[in-house]
Amino acid sequence: MNQTENTNTEWLFEITPKNKFFSLNLKEVWQYRDLLLLFVKRDVVTVYKQTVLGPLWYLIQPLFTSITFTIIFNNVAGISTGTVPPFLFNLAGITVWNYFTACLNGTSNTFGSNAGIFGKVYFPRIIVPLSVVVSNLVKFGIQFFIFICFYAYYYFQGAAIGMNGTTLFFPLLIVLMGILGLGLGMFISSLVTKYRDFSNLIGFGVQLLMYLSAVMYPMALIKEKIPTYGWLVAYNPLAYVIETTRYMLLDVGQISLLGLGYTFLVTLVVFFIGVLIFNRTEKSFIDTV
Amino acid sequence: MKDIILKAENISKQYRLGQVGTGTMAHDLNRWWHQVRGKENPYLKIGDVNDRSTKGTSDYVWALQDINFEVERGEILGIIGKNGAGKSTLLKILSRVTAPTTGSIKFGGRVASLLEVGTGFNGEMTGRENVYLNGAILGMTKKEITSKLDEIIEFSGCERYIDTPVKRYSSGMYVRLAFAVAAFLEPEILIVDEVLAVGDAEFQKKAIGKMQDISQKGGRTVLFVSHNMAAVKQLCTRGIVMENGRIAFEGKIDTIIDKYLNTDNNVSSIKKYTFNEAPSSEVIKLLEAEVINDKSENKLDFLINEKIGIKIKFEILMETDDIILGINLYNNEEIHILSSHQKNQIQNYNKGIYQTIVWFPGNFLSEGFHFCGVAAMSYKGFFRVHFHDINKFSFNIIDGFVENTARGIVYKGKFPGVVRPILEWDNVIAI
Repeated sequence: MNQTENTNTEWLFEITPKNKFFSLNLKEVWQYRDLLLLFVKRDVVTVYKQTVLGPLWYLIQPLFTSITFTIIFNNVAGISTGTVPPFLFNLAGITVWNYFTACLNGTSNTFGSNAGIFGKVYFPRIIVPLSVVVSNLVKFGIQFFIFICFYAYYYFQGAAIGMNGTTLFFPLLIVLMGILGLGLGMFISSLVTKYRDFSNLIGFGVQLLMYLSAVMYPMALIKEKIPTYGWLVAYNPLAYVIETTRYMLLDVGQISLLGLGYTFLVTLVVFFIGVLIFNRTEKSFIDTV
Repeated sequence: MKDIILKAENISKQYRLGQVGTGTMAHDLNRWWHQVRGKENPYLKIGDVNDRSTKGTSDYVWALQDINFEVERGEILGIIGKNGAGKSTLLKILSRVTAPTTGSIKFGGRVASLLEVGTGFNGEMTGRENVYLNGAILGMTKKEITSKLDEIIEFSGCERYIDTPVKRYSSGMYVRLAFAVAAFLEPEILIVDEVLAVGDAEFQKKAIGKMQDISQKGGRTVLFVSHNMAAVKQLCTRGIVMENGRIAFEGKIDTIIDKYLNTDNNVSSIKKYTFNEAPSSEVIKLLEAEVINDKSENKLDFLINEKIGIKIKFEILMETDDIILGINLYNNEEIHILSSHQKNQIQNYNKGIYQTIVWFPGNFLSEGFHFCGVAAMSYKGFFRVHFHDINKFSFNIIDGFVENTARGIVYKGKFPGVVRPILEWDNVIAI
């Protein structure tokens, strides 16, 4: 049949009902890199429009959360943060945790909130969650800057904090966190298109997860205080990221290579599954959203 | 050798009707279970033909079924059909917004689709920022946009407001700017849905001109869906008519438009109302309307200089002296050409069936399809409309290049205008 076909065209691409099992299609994503950057710009710029405080809003939330945590967990409940000032201890955890939740929340409704655009024009859908992760990096940068300010303040006050050789690897940790949030977010966004139940789950799920992620306490403490449930934290890849963050930036707690390896593995698996499900959903989600 | 740039093979699209709920989950699981065992999707075998007006028996419906066609490079293909015939679904599949249930489409070039103008416009951002964003969404790179930015802004005619957030724009300006971005896309295949339905007449003209440019000068391929027969006729070279999710026929644009308008249920020179659908009040009920010539023969096609009669048959349900009949006339570009009603024919009706005829003179209307509807009103006491039908039956006027028309004997070219009366031209005098 094909030999008799009267055409000299080389097909550029083909649309079929079935997808390849796994496709990231990085080449296509690269072609649309300008779109990625413009989405990032849109996300960052439009947040400030018509607000008086502008980017300051990015700072207020982590600061007040840290203050609250310091009062409740450290002053009232008496959780010890060792030699590190509790406020700085909490701020470090919250800054990194915020990046994760921002990525997760931002990507978990990819299909729902972009149905208008997705229903009208094609571009690699993964651009949207990617842009969320990148634009949240900007937000993280601002929050991290305020952390640095307080860090410097406490440092000159003579607090026992310091850096170590591992600090250099901190950016990698953030990338890992971003990929984990992206993978999980893509997974959830795909399920939400058909079954809205999952968007409810995400709301309180994230909140609960924070308490299991060693954000406001050292990992060692939970194992010591409630050994029966300590495994919940020990199996949570996010807890290792938070704990390692504090080790890298404040030189407290412990760094567990095994734990980091485990986190890395989980991230890979979650990201793989996320892309897999996302691929399957993007083709025809517009019919079910 | 034909240079095929797009080839669609056996495309079908199935939709599930009703709501997503627990039932869907059961079907999803069943489907998945079949897939795991290597069996085919059990729900593909069922499904009704896509006909919106009849009640189906299945929860699944085929929005598209066995669509096959090819498009050559540089061709402007028109896709026409009634509402719900599957045109938009087809466009969505072609522009990769959704995937077909079966079949495949092969492309020999870069595709850009314009199912809407201004996709992704953000009200908070300025016109300039939105040009970049929208352009990138449509597949342009930042560099391409920058090189065309001045042209885009000029084409839109929004220069003065380009650094103002678009939420402050008037809707017309918004559309102009949005279309301007799309007009400077340079894909090999452009897919356009009825975006021309927006904007004022001047802008529509500009838009159609731009699309012609794109295909003629750029040698690019355009797929164009529209209800606007005038635009389709002007733009396209070839066309596809869709009906109930299938391709009814395809061919040269002029022939298929005529065929489409003729086979369309709405295009009939006679309308007999069934008991249930008849427009009526407690006073009057419309029974039948037909288009006739001066020999009282029912006809669809008339020469331009022929007299055309509309015969209206109606039933009076109670004694009255207060009924006035009227008609509405539209042309195939949906321009309301005229309405007319009985002026001074007030009469006393008893119960019974009546008929009347209203005549259009020859040499009055222009060529093409015309669509008619009957209305009935009361004026005494207070004004009241008993019914008001539009586009229920039609006739076609043909310019047969006969004698005694407004065309005269010399001119053989295109003759624009919605009416074509013979006007009186005085003799030329020297002054």
